[in-house]
Amino acid sequence: MEIEQTSLPGIGLKHEFTTHSGRRVAVVSHRSGRRDLIIYDRSDPDRACEAIQLNDEEADALVELLGAPRIVQRLNALHSEIEGLVSIQLPVLPGSPYDGRTLGDARIRTRTGASVVAVVRGPQVNASPTPDFRFSAGDVVVVVGDDETTRAVADILTDG
Amino acid sequence: MHDTAIVFLELGGIILALGVLGALALRAGISAIPLYLLAGLAFGQGGILPLATSEDFIAVGAEIGVVLLLLTLGLEYNAGELVSSLRSNARAGLVDIVLNAAPGAIAALLLGWGPVAAVAMAGVTYATSSGITAKVLSDLGWIGNRETPVVLSLLVFEDLAMAVYLPLLTAMLAGVSLVTGAISLGIALGTVTIVLVIALRFGRFIEAFVSSPNNEVLLLKVLGLALLVAGIAQELQVSAAVGAFLVGIALSGELAHEARALLMPLRDLFAAVFFVFFGLQTDPGKIPPVALLALLLALVSIVTKLLTGSYAARRAGIARAGRMRAGIALVPRGEFNIVIAGLAVAAGAHPDLGPLAATYVLILAAFGPLAAKLVEPILTRLTRPPSPPA
Repeated sequence: MEIEQTSLPGIGLKHEFTTHSGRRVAVVSHRSGRRDLIIYDRSDPDRACEAIQLNDEEADALVELLGAPRIVQRLNALHSEIEGLVSIQLPVLPGSPYDGRTLGDARIRTRTGASVVAVVRGPQVNASPTPDFRFSAGDVVVVVGDDETTRAVADILTDG
Repeated sequence: MHDTAIVFLELGGIILALGVLGALALRAGISAIPLYLLAGLAFGQGGILPLATSEDFIAVGAEIGVVLLLLTLGLEYNAGELVSSLRSNARAGLVDIVLNAAPGAIAALLLGWGPVAAVAMAGVTYATSSGITAKVLSDLGWIGNRETPVVLSLLVFEDLAMAVYLPLLTAMLAGVSLVTGAISLGIALGTVTIVLVIALRFGRFIEAFVSSPNNEVLLLKVLGLALLVAGIAQELQVSAAVGAFLVGIALSGELAHEARALLMPLRDLFAAVFFVFFGLQTDPGKIPPVALLALLLALVSIVTKLLTGSYAARRAGIARAGRMRAGIALVPRGEFNIVIAGLAVAAGAHPDLGPLAATYVLILAAFGPLAAKLVEPILTRLTRPPSPPA
């Protein structure tokens, strides 16, 4: 995929690309920090038919929404590439002994050999959480290991 | 009444009137520049409400307005952008000069105003108002359009061309000999080059001197530096406006952004004063005889800008609708054209030049943005394929 960069003197920078299905999309980054998401007209490919102005928070949210499923996808791809490697997503249920406790407390790697690679909380993905990361009910824990070790992690998260 | 009281009453009346006019322009969706010019015409000699005492203050305010217009314009660009746009758009930029300087120059020669007025009128019809065009682009949501970089780089080219043109015009208006004129042009070109090189290589030293965490200090430093350089430039016959423009270019990045935000309110005030001042100097009674000529000149220069935009956009591989948009975006004339005419009037050019330029800018500053707004739905309808069967 080729991303074309154009400078807009006095305004900022524009990055654009054409999608697989032939639509043109661009992001205009204004010097003031404002960003516009541009979608080009199908019949007049030079014309921006939609220009959506995003503030910092909205741009971050869009990035996360587009990026979060990609992390799981990439993990699944990794999983099918290496035989015997399993990645599963385990929910932290209300009433779990680790609801409100830290990743370090669970000592998952020491006890099972499997690794916690990410914790998904709502739209937010915490990749490579540190030992002081605090679980809370509703989190989805992404674990990589083999069949046996990942099952052991599921037991720890439900029964302690 | 006391003198001070009269000055305050007049200034207050003018500024308040400008505020009301600005609100009207905002509601109508047009640039406020034509309305400011009309206000100046009304307050000036032969107008409906001539001023008594505050013209001196307004005259100095107008000069500061020009310096601030050019300073904030320079702050929008950085040296890298100028150099790269000069490299990639030189050909389109030259077409722009030839096509759009010609109508004014030819008109002045046909009227028998002489070569100096021809050079001034060439500038009046050449320069697109980057202020109005930038606003049109953003109001109509054209910033993301693929022809927009072409339009913007033409504007950059024009602004750089001004850095050469204004000193040339200043020298010619001063009536200096060919040799002196060549020297001052040489000085101008040399200064522009030196400033670009300094900004590219040593920009951070200037920024280190100017930059301050305190807004007040930053504002005073930037404004002081700009006025000082403008004064030196004026003394060297390079034109104060160009000096201020170069100061703007030398500053870049976050600092330029902050300085611009601080200067904007000042610029809005003094630029409005500048347009009023130009109106003040123009006798409204002299407008009707030149109105037809101004209209004709405006029509011709709409066509030449359309051709320029089409040509430049086609070179960038833009389709037909986009080429039209590029052309129409370039139509508005505004601040620069009045700056140029103002220089010529101050130097005692032909008495009809001021009214002609004022009428011409009135037409194109008002009509340009409207034309762009009207053209958009037509172009969209033309490019839209027949709706698919339900």
